[in-house]
Amino acid sequence: MITLSKDTLAEIEKAAAKYPDRNSAIMPGLWAAQREFGHLSPEVIEAVAIAVGVPKAKAQGLATYHSLYWKKPVGKYVIMLCTNVACTLMGAETMLAHLEKKLGIHEGQTTPDGKFTLMEVECIGSCGYGPALVVNETFYYDLTESGIDAILAKY
Amino acid sequence: MEKILLKNVDVPNINDIDVYIAHGGYMSLDKMLSMDSKDVLEEVKRSGLRGRGGAWFPAGMKWQFCVEVDRWPKYLIANADEGEPGTFKDRPFLEKDPHQLIEGMIVSAYAIKASGGYIYLRGEYPDAYRIMNAAIDQAYAKNLLGKNIKGSDFSFDLAVHSGAGAYICGEASALIESLEGKRGQFRVRPPYMATHGAYGRPTVVNNVETLVNVSHILNRGAEWWSSIGTKESPGPKVFGISGHLNKPGLYELPMGVPLRELIYEHGGGIKGGKKLKAIIPGGVSTSLLMPEHLDIKMDVKSLQEAGSAIGSGATMVMDEDTCIVHIIWRAMGFFCHESCGRCTPCREGTDWMVRILGRIENGQGRMEDLDVLADVCHTIHHNCFCPLGEGAVMPVLSSLKYFRHEYEEHIKGQRCPKGLKARERH
Repeated sequence: MITLSKDTLAEIEKAAAKYPDRNSAIMPGLWAAQREFGHLSPEVIEAVAIAVGVPKAKAQGLATYHSLYWKKPVGKYVIMLCTNVACTLMGAETMLAHLEKKLGIHEGQTTPDGKFTLMEVECIGSCGYGPALVVNETFYYDLTESGIDAILAKY
Repeated sequence: MEKILLKNVDVPNINDIDVYIAHGGYMSLDKMLSMDSKDVLEEVKRSGLRGRGGAWFPAGMKWQFCVEVDRWPKYLIANADEGEPGTFKDRPFLEKDPHQLIEGMIVSAYAIKASGGYIYLRGEYPDAYRIMNAAIDQAYAKNLLGKNIKGSDFSFDLAVHSGAGAYICGEASALIESLEGKRGQFRVRPPYMATHGAYGRPTVVNNVETLVNVSHILNRGAEWWSSIGTKESPGPKVFGISGHLNKPGLYELPMGVPLRELIYEHGGGIKGGKKLKAIIPGGVSTSLLMPEHLDIKMDVKSLQEAGSAIGSGATMVMDEDTCIVHIIWRAMGFFCHESCGRCTPCREGTDWMVRILGRIENGQGRMEDLDVLADVCHTIHHNCFCPLGEGAVMPVLSSLKYFRHEYEEHIKGQRCPKGLKARERH
């Protein structure tokens, strides 16, 4: 049985107060728990369900529905590379190949040292500045292979 | 043209409410409070404002439906789940001028007498989440949100709800399901959102850019606003142009700007002096256009007549070296990933089409695959509850119409002429 931290529980209560129905606090609860634990294991999802006061299946259903809730452990830095149409037109696939080679992993995998997870994602709203990627919450635009090397060196 | 919607985005510290007010911000609230809510509604109706998320439904009419319902409370929701590939127009409003959206929402809520509001924000914009929340806190501190706004009897609460990565949640009823803590799946109408929306209450869901226009309409009048753009598609619009352009980016222009001007003047023309091959005019769910369409105007009617749609105004431009099959394969990968799985034709059809397009791209296609693709499209079309499947069909059918020879070339030559591959994707 996993216990959510006081801060996470407080965040859930703060969120719940914004809605006329506590069910609406499941998503904010999952976000808060993901910030605390790094990813949403079935036990963490259950803890969120208990804190909100909803059946576990409801929380599980939401966690599995959304791309940005990590259901498996991820690296310290999650690299999300957009390969949707606008970014692909600008060379996102070359960037993906470069990232895979540089990190020695395939898309969807985490480096053995647990530092980087590489994900190919759908549109991240950076279409005019592609190819683009996000490292955790920081956006990088107009990517080139040498630009990617410089980005990786920062982390 | 004069910048109206994006005029503040480069102003330093505009996210600070005092700076925003010093630049004329929240002015429309005084005018609003001096007016009856009915008159605010009338002003927006007279402006001809249409929904800028992609459906272009008249905003005033949508509000009217909600106003006519005598059940309380009512909700106003800003759809900030910008997810249509190619679209990045709402991001500056959310990250670089948050008070403009809040102001637009307050006026809109006043018109429909909503007491509660939410901004349903896509999870991919974490900066916007922090910025919008900070701006909302500032607006509360100045009594521009909350109880008895500016001492009036009008009260309006506003909060941000963060999505977590699901394209379908940009569809109004799926968005409401998601806000309510359910999986974001389409609701069968009727009942409509205007009568039974969020929490079963009368609700209006408007796109961010639609709401942002409202305070300007009130400040400067419907006549002034509708003098911009065309008669049936009035007002300013932020066009996001991307792809093989010299100057891709966001451009605020009047509705009805010719496609040629958008691409060659504002976008600076095709990169490397190459030839234009095709255009996706309104996000990936809209049909391809060809160079012969360059003289059409970017408005609702003209694009419809050209067999496409203006959608979100997200224009993606492809040069002569683009492999159409590859692009359509990638677009279909998106629809397949984002299909919510509820309607069989969309769930299964998008998956089949990814496989078929992928094998054509990889040189293993058969001529009859082209008929199968068209057949799957016709099975999805009109047989699904929500527009996601309809959107998935558009790029395929239009590419078969304009670029059938390119598909055939892949099949006959048993390879992609550009040497590209369709990857295994998860």
